[in-house]
Amino acid sequence: MKLRLAALALALPLALTACGGGSSSGKSSAPSKKTLNVFAAASLTETFQQLGKTFEASHPGVTVKFNFGGSSALAQQITQGAPADVFAAASPATMKTVTDAGDAATTPATFVKNELEIAVPPSNPAKITGLKDLANTKYKVVLCAAQVPCGAAATKALTGANLKVTPVSLEQDVKGVLTKVELGEADAGLVYKTDVNSADGRVKGIDFPEAATAINAYPIAVLKDAPQPGLAKEFTALVTGPQGLQVLTAAGFEAP
Amino acid sequence: MRAPQGRVPWALTIPAVAGLAFLVLPLAGLLIRTPWSSIGPRLAGTQVGDALRLSLISATLATGLCLVLGVPLAWMLARLSFPGRRLVRALVTVPLVLPPVVGGVALLLVLGRKGLVGQWLDSAFGITLPFTTSGVVLAEAFVAMPFLVISVEGALRAADQRYEEAAATLGASRLTVFRRVTLPQVAPGVMAGAILCWARALGEFGATITFAGNFPGRTQTMPLAVYLALENDPDAAIVLSVVLLVVSIAVLALLRDRWVS
Amino acid sequence: MSLDAHLVVRRPSFDLDLSLTAESGEVVALLGPNGAGKTTALRALAGLAPTSGGHLVLAGRDLGGVPAEHRRIGVVFQDYLLFPHLSALENVAFGPRSAGVRRRQARAQALERLTQMGLAEHAAKKPAALSGGQAQRVALARALAVDPRLLLLDEPLSALDAHTRLEVRSTLRRHLADFEGVTVLVTHDPLDAMVLADRLIVLESGRVVQEGPPAYIARHPRTEYVARLVGLNLYRGTATGHTVALADGPKLDTAESLDGEVFLAFPPSAVALYRTRPDGTPRNLWQTTIASLERHGDNIRVHLDAPLPAAADITAAAVADLSLSEGSRVWASVKATETHAYPA
Repeated sequence: MKLRLAALALALPLALTACGGGSSSGKSSAPSKKTLNVFAAASLTETFQQLGKTFEASHPGVTVKFNFGGSSALAQQITQGAPADVFAAASPATMKTVTDAGDAATTPATFVKNELEIAVPPSNPAKITGLKDLANTKYKVVLCAAQVPCGAAATKALTGANLKVTPVSLEQDVKGVLTKVELGEADAGLVYKTDVNSADGRVKGIDFPEAATAINAYPIAVLKDAPQPGLAKEFTALVTGPQGLQVLTAAGFEAP
Repeated sequence: MRAPQGRVPWALTIPAVAGLAFLVLPLAGLLIRTPWSSIGPRLAGTQVGDALRLSLISATLATGLCLVLGVPLAWMLARLSFPGRRLVRALVTVPLVLPPVVGGVALLLVLGRKGLVGQWLDSAFGITLPFTTSGVVLAEAFVAMPFLVISVEGALRAADQRYEEAAATLGASRLTVFRRVTLPQVAPGVMAGAILCWARALGEFGATITFAGNFPGRTQTMPLAVYLALENDPDAAIVLSVVLLVVSIAVLALLRDRWVS
Repeated sequence: MSLDAHLVVRRPSFDLDLSLTAESGEVVALLGPNGAGKTTALRALAGLAPTSGGHLVLAGRDLGGVPAEHRRIGVVFQDYLLFPHLSALENVAFGPRSAGVRRRQARAQALERLTQMGLAEHAAKKPAALSGGQAQRVALARALAVDPRLLLLDEPLSALDAHTRLEVRSTLRRHLADFEGVTVLVTHDPLDAMVLADRLIVLESGRVVQEGPPAYIARHPRTEYVARLVGLNLYRGTATGHTVALADGPKLDTAESLDGEVFLAFPPSAVALYRTRPDGTPRNLWQTTIASLERHGDNIRVHLDAPLPAAADITAAAVADLSLSEGSRVWASVKATETHAYPA
């Protein structure tokens, strides 16, 4: 008797989670609860959350669920079969992983561009003025790892400017770099303009001309096995349309 | 020849086998997907050697630190009675429930360049801990110490205190009693705790990358290398994982006897 | 090196109040039933149990509040508690080494002690490899190695089998005789007390009920417990001359002439049983019923019922001859010369 109860106790929660996780099939009879899964690069967090709310307001009964993270990690998850409707990547290279695997339904469209900026603590203790200062070994500089889009862009900008920078750490995403700079552990870091923007004064941004040599284009695509293909297309349209552009440029992105 | 045993109860063996499968199948999956054909050139890269060496050294140093600090702490919790002991015991287990990244941030806030203690370390001794190998050791020790303290405290509580009384009547000070009577008695428990501690430290990721950062040769441990490799070269990630797996199993198997006793 | 102790231990379910004094070289035995407080008293003397009052002065030094490790005592525990991970030699050397003696010297001294005890060839063995008797002697050597002023023995022979006990008891007696400090020994075996102790303190429910030389106490028990222990029938009564009127029972004649409250005792072997009323000299004669019979060594111990409950030791042959069994009516008698009366 006890054994059966125990088995039931184990099976029940498993069954519940298995049921709850999957999104409903496209029943269009009545406005039933629908979920849209959007995988987006970490640097799109604030802007996409805002756009998500806008989308939910115009689509009653729809919940937009975001999965923010490093673009490469997200691409990995998608190719391994994660149930996503839309993918917004931080670089063409990471989107290519998805299209190469045949998981994109539409041709990816570039919807914004992001430029690098030097992030320093508000008081700028190291008195950084430009990219050249980062090469000074006296300062602790934090970069993204080369395997992630912001790292690739940073490498491109630095080699283009013929500078050798020895960072103290190679972070796995921009948020990691930002945290180190915010806490004052690093004197400077290379992040996107949008990250400096979203930091709300916790870091100070310094523009540098060499950033123009390493601009990152952000592509967006609807995924082939999207559980909600209709909603996915509509969301993509929102992002690439005038409303989306307004929100994105306000955050520091550049028009495509 | 063993004494005759009763029938094996299915109610126990079935869940046991299921549990074993649950733990072993992912490892088997890893081994099956390993690109054995290209493993040679991948292993030859210096990054693997650096990361492995750093992982083994930092985990061992972290375990050493945990032993030096954790065994006396366990003694204090098991043998001394003081107000707030229960609270202290609960606090000791906090790193277990804290997400490792949060632990890393907490370490930064205390030991970082602008941290409560870190500031003073920097200004008085010029010592900074983030982005250094010492930082890696500290981060690993932080997350792994509760395992050691809990293990050793349990062993101390189970130890026969009458031997300690006997030692006291022979004139031994409390420290001598601890050193010559208690510690030898709980040695197996300490060993088991140290092994758990070492294994946990070896696999630590979140606190390490947050506090010490990631730089090959200095702070890039195997877990960090694996995670970054996953970004664009999953096969490399698998190879690194298998290397870590093989090395860990070899070390743990060598200590097998102590573990069992 | 004398001991002057007044041990008071008050706990919710327990109450001990014991005054104990002893001179150097004396062996005092604490005898009593389980729960009497003997082990608590010993632990209080050792500094292993907290006291609720009283005092403890050893060799002129006040030990109140002094922890066990600073008391210059030696303890032999009931289970010996030899450190399992150390050899017999290292066990004996433990005390001196804790006092700061260098390892080599301590070991040499330890080896000497073990040799004196005839245990030299067992010096390197771990306690698990020692027999009960060997372990007991190693425990004693270990306790003596610290040159204690007070030696405490907690049921030192109870863990041994009967045969080993005989041997070890006499060896222990010799060692205790050589020991210059005070020895306090806790036991529930009256034979241990008889053989080893100079003075006996009987403890019951936390209080001293009798104190004196063992031989005297054996002949003059004052409580049921001691009487049973030494194997005597014990009664209380009022004496007028040679006659004692027992509290509940008949009058008995006794060899001594006393007046007032007295104890009266006689051994079971002094009781004779008859099927019919006998003629003869015994003045103490009464009719009674057999309550039960049990084997007692080679004889039968017959328990007699009212009016005078007593134990009588009879040979098995006699029991058979008289066809004695439970419920049998018999006449019992005790010679007055075999009874012993003493003031209560």
